[in-house]
Amino acid sequence: MTTAPGDLTALCAEVRRVASTVVDPEIPVISIADLGILREVVVAGDHVEVRITPTYSGCPAMNMIKSELEQAFATAGLAPVQVRLVLSPAWTTDWITETGRRQLHDYGIAPPAPGGDRTALFGTTTVPCPRCGSTDTTQLAAFGSTACKALWRCATCREPFDYFKCH
Amino acid sequence: MYTGSITVADTPLLRYVLGRADDALVLGHRLSEWCGHGPLLEEDMALSNMALDLIGQARALYTYAGEVEAAGRDEDAYAYLRDVTSYANLLLVEQPNGDFARTIVRQLLFSAFIDPYWRALMASTDPTLAAIAAKAEKESAYHLRHASEWTVRLGDGTAESHARAQRALDELWPFTGELFTMPAGERALIDAGIAIDPETLRAPWRATVTRVVERATLTLPADGWMQRGGREGRHSEHLGHLLSDLQYLQRAFPGATW
Ligand SMILES: [Zn+2]
Repeated sequence: MTTAPGDLTALCAEVRRVASTVVDPEIPVISIADLGILREVVVAGDHVEVRITPTYSGCPAMNMIKSELEQAFATAGLAPVQVRLVLSPAWTTDWITETGRRQLHDYGIAPPAPGGDRTALFGTTTVPCPRCGSTDTTQLAAFGSTACKALWRCATCREPFDYFKCH
Repeated sequence: MYTGSITVADTPLLRYVLGRADDALVLGHRLSEWCGHGPLLEEDMALSNMALDLIGQARALYTYAGEVEAAGRDEDAYAYLRDVTSYANLLLVEQPNGDFARTIVRQLLFSAFIDPYWRALMASTDPTLAAIAAKAEKESAYHLRHASEWTVRLGDGTAESHARAQRALDELWPFTGELFTMPAGERALIDAGIAIDPETLRAPWRATVTRVVERATLTLPADGWMQRGGREGRHSEHLGHLLSDLQYLQRAFPGATW
């Protein structure tokens, strides 16, 4: 892939657009861009690199996201774009976009409470139910279906729901 | 092609990184032993998720150890091909799970130390360690809260759960002194701003543990003889059994992949 300097902006935008079509394998309604995992697209000469950051240290989805990105670039004729995992700066739920938060909510997952008191020794967070909006909810389990979610229950509509933990 | 055990270079930074990685891997392995055996489904998932966090931290640290040593070794080489005396984890984390109370109390004692440790290490002059700490700190905060809430539930629960939690606290207490020991060579890393002086965390650790223990109506044991040796590779017999399980496949079928 050879690129004239004037095409760089267009190339970056195209790489970003293709990368944004990849969704989180565990929450397939939200793109990795809206989840804040897609950090940056770096072009240096003929070398194009996409940087992604893991949500949790042990996130088992990262390998899959990496191979889906490579697949997406190959399909779009953008190969060889390198996909690199970066640890710094550490991912935070603050990077989830407004669109992403809405998508999580509509999917039945309560988005992270902004400014949640993560370091409190005992839990105190209030989480509104994503189905009926009631705040009469309780945590059933701090670690839910994946490491990034907790399991909650709504006392108003009696439904259990996932809560995307503040991180 | 049998590769056998590896011997790693003995430099302060490598030793330090491997010690932290070993803590995370060994405790992560212990928690993974609960998978399918948890006292209730939610707790089975919680312990497995915490194991995943810890093993993820270990992977990042072992990968960094590979860069530090620059001997062409990856994370798997350090985890699978070092013998028990090369492991530098704390004795506390290799102690057997016992009953659920013992697992929870072990998690409380360790998390109350490692959570502020990671937070302090975020300011390390070593950018990779600072980045790993910034991720780990978010995870350890949840582990600490989880262990705190369960310690209260068990201690302030039934007579049976109270007795078990107290017994676990009494039996694990002699392993807490080692949290604050510093192996030879680590002083220089601390002076260079790379590592954290564990002694600075003694008071906050004690305050956290005391707060939880009191709320759980348990009694803080008196400080007596403290066990140590893990950081220098002198382990209890439990670690050998753990490693024989963890390393079996790579030892029996060197280089196996799937
Ligand atoms: Zn509801």
